[in-house]
Amino acid sequence: MAENKGIMVYGEIVDGKISSITTELLGCGRKLADELKEDLSCILVGDKLGDAPKQTVAYGADKVYTAEDPLLKEYQTDSYVAVMEKAAKDLSPKIILFGQTSVGRDLAPRLAFRLGASLSMDCMELSIDPGTKLLHQTRSVYGGNARATFTSEIFPQMATVRQKAMSPLAPDESRKGEITPIKVELDPAKIRTKVLETVKEEVVGVKLEDAQAIVAGGRGIGGPDGFKQLEDLAKVLKGAVGASRPPCDNKWVPDTMQIGLTGKIVTPELYIAVGLSGASQHLAGCSGAKNIIAINKDPEANIYKEARFGVVGDWKQILPAFTEKVKELLAG
Amino acid sequence: MPLNMIVCCKQVLDPEAPPASFKIDPSTNKVIPPPGVPPVVSPFDEQAVEAALRIKDQQGGKITVLSLGNNLLRDVVKKPLSMGADELILLEDEAFEGGDSWSIANALATAIKKIGEYDLIFCGRQAADWDAGQVGTGIAEILGIPSVTVAKKVEATDGKAKVERVISDGYQVIEVTLPALITVSNELGEARYATLKGIMAAAKKQPTVWKPADIGLEPSQIGTAGRRAKLLKLFQPVKEGKCEIIEADTPAEAGTKLAAKLREAKVI
Ligand SMILES: Cc1cc2nc3c(=O)[nH]c(=O)nc-3n(C[C@@H](O)[C@H](O)[C@H](O)COP(=O)(O)OP(=O)(O)OC[C@H]3O[C@@H](n4cnc5c(N)ncnc54)[C@H](O)[C@@H]3O)c2cc1C
Ligand SMILES: Cc1cc2nc3c(=O)[nH]c(=O)nc-3n(C[C@H](O)[C@H](O)[C@H](O)COP(=O)(O)OP(=O)(O)OC[C@H]3O[C@@H](n4cnc5c(N)ncnc54)[C@H](O)[C@@H]3O)c2cc1C
Repeated sequence: MAENKGIMVYGEIVDGKISSITTELLGCGRKLADELKEDLSCILVGDKLGDAPKQTVAYGADKVYTAEDPLLKEYQTDSYVAVMEKAAKDLSPKIILFGQTSVGRDLAPRLAFRLGASLSMDCMELSIDPGTKLLHQTRSVYGGNARATFTSEIFPQMATVRQKAMSPLAPDESRKGEITPIKVELDPAKIRTKVLETVKEEVVGVKLEDAQAIVAGGRGIGGPDGFKQLEDLAKVLKGAVGASRPPCDNKWVPDTMQIGLTGKIVTPELYIAVGLSGASQHLAGCSGAKNIIAINKDPEANIYKEARFGVVGDWKQILPAFTEKVKELLAG
Repeated sequence: MPLNMIVCCKQVLDPEAPPASFKIDPSTNKVIPPPGVPPVVSPFDEQAVEAALRIKDQQGGKITVLSLGNNLLRDVVKKPLSMGADELILLEDEAFEGGDSWSIANALATAIKKIGEYDLIFCGRQAADWDAGQVGTGIAEILGIPSVTVAKKVEATDGKAKVERVISDGYQVIEVTLPALITVSNELGEARYATLKGIMAAAKKQPTVWKPADIGLEPSQIGTAGRRAKLLKLFQPVKEGKCEIIEADTPAEAGTKLAAKLREAKVI
């Protein structure tokens, strides 16, 4: 077998553009590649890749491999794993990075087991050991209460990376990169799943992932009506409303509003946590926020360990006056 | 049509224990179990049991639960039986300790091969302690069957399953041929409580215990010896934690003061 060389990023495309996690992976991959003095490549899989290959070059890739086929229109485990298996075997990268996304969570483990390689999920830090040149993979475990660092001597070394944990490079349109189509040979009979329907939750206003201000409610909000008050505040702040898991489980708000380890990862300037205790699994999704503000009736709540400012008391009595004052300040 | 179902359930430290009680022994890279907080079946795995029970309620079938570990507490691992599962098999041995996703998936897949017949295998989307989210998919790959991950609804008919798979902005409806492995997420809804009758029935059932040799596993394939990923370090991230609490005579005043404070600190 060829010697394993280079870093490969699995790129994702959303609405015709490479997704933000892809730019983050390229930023992180670039650093690792420079340290190893090896190439950074990006592989893109889909039915129509359009401009995406060029974008990945601008964000740091030396080489782009494109796998385009009508059968790859939608992500399906069997077809995508087959493409990636062939690419990994033909191109023998030393390291493959994925985003911790709906696709990465599904694709990366299946591929790792097929290749007989090892994989760390949801990494927050990646580095090259100066001595062994092996990849050190640090990920959150125990719901965010702890971190664990893993390594492996089996190639390719694989990792999925938490969204917003790494910084992208500023895009440079003048960067040069080599774009190489790879041959896709898929047998439709070997795809054992079929996507019957994709149902997307309509988002009105700012998307949670993009919001610079988030008002998040927890079990203490008590029901869907309470969330209307959070919406009022979010509107004033031109932000979005999020939630801990119980409001989603209780159907007060849609599941897509969940923030945390198994929900969305957000890094706004301002995160106002109302009636949520700050469980480690929730904080995993918001601890990257610049300023966390806590409103909780329990002074011992864990959220105060993460917050910069807080008020202790019943949110129902605090929030209206707070919202009023914020409105006044922002108007003036 | 009645289905043969297998659910993999892991015993974990209670993930909802207060974060302040979480401690690590750095010399052994192990978590010190918080005193007085008993372990639980990993919550997503309980929901995986629930997914299987819903199918059994509809069309009948048999549910076998598989748990791998060492010194498993019978009261904990028997919980799926008291919810309505039929059989419990424990892969229990000291040698399983310190394994990785690969060696654990391999041991579970080997046990599943020994069980023989199955239409559906359920796992949690991720274990609530190590949060890897790999073992389920790994079992499917080793067995050579398709998998659908992060399910919130599962129905089975005519050799196929229809699965609602949660994605970040909604969900997809996916049809998969059986046998298949499904990993279950909390959006499935709460797992049922054990009934008194269930608890009594579970108390009478003895789990089957398999040692590595019973399923034909060599010592080199399990635990620390069989791992591909090496744990170098387990540690707790340092938190600064200096929250400024805004106080006032009334809650409303505190709210107003908080807003003013945010302006002063240039946060808004
Ligand atoms: C002392 C110690 C040392 C360790 N050393 C290493 C190491 O060197 N390298 C390493 O990679 N990891 C190591 N680990 C962690 C490792 O054991 C993880 O448990 C493993 O990586 C699987 O990840 P997970 O438990 O998060 O399972 P996931 O992949 O998140 O599990 C998904 C699903 O699979 C099923 N499942 C998983 N485990 C079981 C089980 N035991 N019984 C029944 N069903 C199960 C459940 O349905 C679960 O919901 C160590 C752990 C300990 C305690
Ligand atoms: C594997 C795993 C993954 C998970 N993933 C996630 C995840 O992605 N996101 C997530 O959020 N959770 C997740 N959880 C669940 C998590 O462990 C907690 O259970 C959850 O975050 C708690 O939500 P909460 O803070 O809203 O509720 P609680 O912990 O019940 O807290 C409610 C808070 O509201 C306060 N309160 C009540 N009434 C009022 C009032 N009138 N005024 C002011 N304060 C009030 C209380 O003092 C309390 O602090 C996960 C759990 C596991 C095991």
